[in-house]
Amino acid sequence: MATSDIVREPQLMVDRVGDELRATLTGRWTADQAPAVERCVADLLAAVGDERRILFDLSEVERLDTLGAWVLDRTRHDLGAEGHSADFFGAKAEHHILLNEVAYRGFQPNPVVKKSWLMDFLAEIGQGVVAAAKDFAAGISFLGEVVVAMARVAMRPRRFRGPSLVHHLELIAFRGVPIIALISFLVGCIVAQQGIFQLNKFGATPFVVDLVGILTLREVGVLLTAIMVAGRSGSSFTAEIGSMKMREEIDALRVMGLDPIEVLIVPRLLALIIGLPLLTFLSDLAALYGGGLVAWIYGDVSPDVFLSRLRAAISLNTFLVGIIKAPFMALIIGLIASMEGLEVEGSAESLGRHVTSSVVKAIFMVIVVDGLFAMFFAAIRY
Amino acid sequence: MLDTRPHLVAETQREAVIRVRGLEVGFGERTIMKGLDLDVYRGEILGFVGASGTGKSVLTRAVLGLVPKRAGSIEVFGEDVDELSPASRKAIERRWGVLFQFGALFSSLTVKENVQVPMREYLHLSDRLLDELAMLKIEMVGLKPDAADKLPSELSGGMIKRAALARALALDPEILFLDEPTSGLDPIGAGEFDDLIATLQRTLGLTVFMVTHDLDSLHTVCDRIAALGGGRIIAAGTIETMLASDHPWLKAYFHGKRARAVMAGEA
Repeated sequence: MATSDIVREPQLMVDRVGDELRATLTGRWTADQAPAVERCVADLLAAVGDERRILFDLSEVERLDTLGAWVLDRTRHDLGAEGHSADFFGAKAEHHILLNEVAYRGFQPNPVVKKSWLMDFLAEIGQGVVAAAKDFAAGISFLGEVVVAMARVAMRPRRFRGPSLVHHLELIAFRGVPIIALISFLVGCIVAQQGIFQLNKFGATPFVVDLVGILTLREVGVLLTAIMVAGRSGSSFTAEIGSMKMREEIDALRVMGLDPIEVLIVPRLLALIIGLPLLTFLSDLAALYGGGLVAWIYGDVSPDVFLSRLRAAISLNTFLVGIIKAPFMALIIGLIASMEGLEVEGSAESLGRHVTSSVVKAIFMVIVVDGLFAMFFAAIRY
Repeated sequence: MLDTRPHLVAETQREAVIRVRGLEVGFGERTIMKGLDLDVYRGEILGFVGASGTGKSVLTRAVLGLVPKRAGSIEVFGEDVDELSPASRKAIERRWGVLFQFGALFSSLTVKENVQVPMREYLHLSDRLLDELAMLKIEMVGLKPDAADKLPSELSGGMIKRAALARALALDPEILFLDEPTSGLDPIGAGEFDDLIATLQRTLGLTVFMVTHDLDSLHTVCDRIAALGGGRIIAAGTIETMLASDHPWLKAYFHGKRARAVMAGEA
């Protein structure tokens, strides 16, 4: 068969001989001609009157594939159901085999259950609330498992996976340094610039140092770092653990008598808990540097003045308020990422969904916890 | 067991739907195959054997255009794949179906939607016909209708292979590439799958290119066998040719303990 042949559309000619109707088929009855095939058949069905016998002459059919054979046999079946006697004749041997193979049978479409959108809407809200409650309970129980695993490791330090911890520390902390330093520097600049513009109106420009110092050390440094780490490392934990789950690697660990929490999650969680405060410290420095630079350029606050005002404005506890929060943020990010990873099921879609929800939940929880800490520190006047 | 081999015509008279000449493929420093010649003739089932790591899959992927080649030519349906315009390349891709070793079903779509993917892309079908045709293919490969609405993650290994075969057959291809179609199936399931391929090959007039390690498949459904070793085809011909060959690897393969058991079962 040469492809250069002019493609011949399927055609169907109808002849009436007494109470017999003879349909002569020509051309290609193939899938690429599907619209024409369906049109031909619809024309035939329209042309059929009260003839008893309907004969399909297939001897001129050039090509037939499963689509053509299916439509023809379906038509024959439909005509039979209407009380006609329909038959094929003259089919080439290979077409005959195909017609027998497809042999029409009705496919029952699956019944679609009709529901009202209001019920669906309410049911979805209900499911969402239940799922959130279950998530919370699962989170607490997972935290318990992790604590137990950590205690086991602490009792037998030889089982602790040092190389794994160092590896993850490199990925989380060391590789994260440039981007976290950069965004913190930029946010420091922006806060200082806006602060100068607003404080200028009161002639209180030098107070920008207090603003930048307290804001970055208490809140912005740790928040920025935690959000960045949730996006960078939380997502990769979920993806790593999730794809291991998909390929039964987690089950393989289990049957070898290794605890996946101990092997996979404890090192990652510890790396986060160590790495996040370090990154927060770095973020604080970068933001102060950015703030100082902008204060100097926009506000004529020289570096000497900046440093001496900074010393007066902040004390050790300003810094500690920020840094104390970091390990808690790390724990939240790590727990959410690991849990989401372990919930991944067979499909690629499921992996994508859990990575997304890992990042979204982690960022959300980081901000909520930051708010709780703010209320707590205000209450104890720290 | 069905004897599905057609009368073997002298090879020179038959139309080669795939013609590979002097193929060289390699990655980095490593050359996987060099100077490889292979013909696949219309209407045959070609079994393709070779030790693990000799590049059976690489050859398949090179023919499919998934792996770049360094030298040589590949002709499909008499056209050199290097000289095709993107449109005619697409036209050729419509005329082959591929069953990947692990099915490669799209995991977020149901079986029926998987089968419909190529149909939606290339054909203009009414919704009714789209549904009916997908169900037809699903039944043709021996799956129950209720499997149609399942996701690949809910299927067993054998069902995944069948569903993937239904997708490979979606456009009524002329060439069917099968990468280890019976691996991971139990012997009964594998035998059924072989019969299925033979039946489909006869009804649809397919040309089948099958990479396999399954001696049973080679004996029962393959018209011709090609063996790959050292980066080239070391022998090609009927099972009798393979049995008569005195190449050490072929001897070990076709006269080993497992092969003798298969032969004894047939006798």
